[in-house]
Amino acid sequence: MAKILLDIAISITLLSLLVSLIRFILGPEKVNRIIAFDVMSVSGIALIAYVAALSQRIIYMDIALVYGILGFIGVIIVARYIEKGL
Amino acid sequence: MDNNWIEITGGILAIGGSIFLFLGSLGLLRMPDAYNRIQTGTKASTLGTILSLAGLFFFFPGWFGKFMILILFVLITNPISSHVLARAAYFTGVPLTRKTTVDQLNESLNEDPSRRAHLRKVSTNTEEDKI
Amino acid sequence: MIITLFITWLLLNNSLQTQVIISGAVISLVLPAFFCGKCEAFTQLRLTPKALLYSVLFFFTFLVALVKSNLDVAYRVLAPSLPINPGIVEVKTKLKSKIGRIILADAITLTPGTFTLEVSGDSMFIHWIDVQSTDLEQNTLLIVRQFEKYLEVMYG
Repeated sequence: MAKILLDIAISITLLSLLVSLIRFILGPEKVNRIIAFDVMSVSGIALIAYVAALSQRIIYMDIALVYGILGFIGVIIVARYIEKGL
Repeated sequence: MDNNWIEITGGILAIGGSIFLFLGSLGLLRMPDAYNRIQTGTKASTLGTILSLAGLFFFFPGWFGKFMILILFVLITNPISSHVLARAAYFTGVPLTRKTTVDQLNESLNEDPSRRAHLRKVSTNTEEDKI
Repeated sequence: MIITLFITWLLLNNSLQTQVIISGAVISLVLPAFFCGKCEAFTQLRLTPKALLYSVLFFFTFLVALVKSNLDVAYRVLAPSLPINPGIVEVKTKLKSKIGRIILADAITLTPGTFTLEVSGDSMFIHWIDVQSTDLEQNTLLIVRQFEKYLEVMYG
């Protein structure tokens, strides 16, 4: 029963990743693409946590943390680059 | 039986979180300019991720530390990245939507032009919305 | 700073074995000596009982505002007519310390319909999805005041 609820949650999260991927593809400028990337990386944390719960391995939570850190640093660096140049 | 109800509560929380994530990305698609996209995208994804992690915590109470670290990380970094993105968008001249009523930052910048000096370029195009 | 590092280490390891605790204590004692020059975030926090009570209150206010802002976002996204009225307004803050301003800006970013766009001096420029007035005093009252009264006690 509870596994079915988790499956529903995973499919909705995947759907949200797809929708923000549309914005990533057709975003008019660089800035919109990075906003979409930010939302996608935060959703990716939730998705990796779901995968960790399904496969019951705690080590995947570390992967989620590292993925979040890399996404955050990437967003900050690209935003700085757009604003001031390298 | 008791354990089962705890897991169902966690599942419902996780579904709520993923619905917020979906609404955030839907708002990303529907809003007319970059600033409103930041509004919907960042806020909804913050609470969505936190609710999802809290829901998973009901399934695995032994993983408390990892969930707590992830929740704190999302809660701290998400406002910072949205602020940096908004600054980058504003100072490179990404146009505001036509529905915008006031822009007091622009008035303040016009009074004191020296504050623009550190920027590489500020394009002053106020084109129509390019969706 | 040392205590924060140690708690983070324990949460990250998710276990209470003896060697984990010992190595975490050693690392969290050594690391601040290298990387922590001033550490404003931890030395400026007042440790009076009133400040601790107010930080707990601040946290709960913040959680309520977070949930409210998400319901607000959900309403605005799902409504077919897209009910937005965006604009950028200026507000003043009375907080003096840097770390207090940082926390205030983060809290504003997660409250309903507002996020911080630029901070300069004691004025903050805030993008508001539903502008209700253009008056500086009234905007300060509406947006900043609910968090500022707690942060004033915590950081001054």
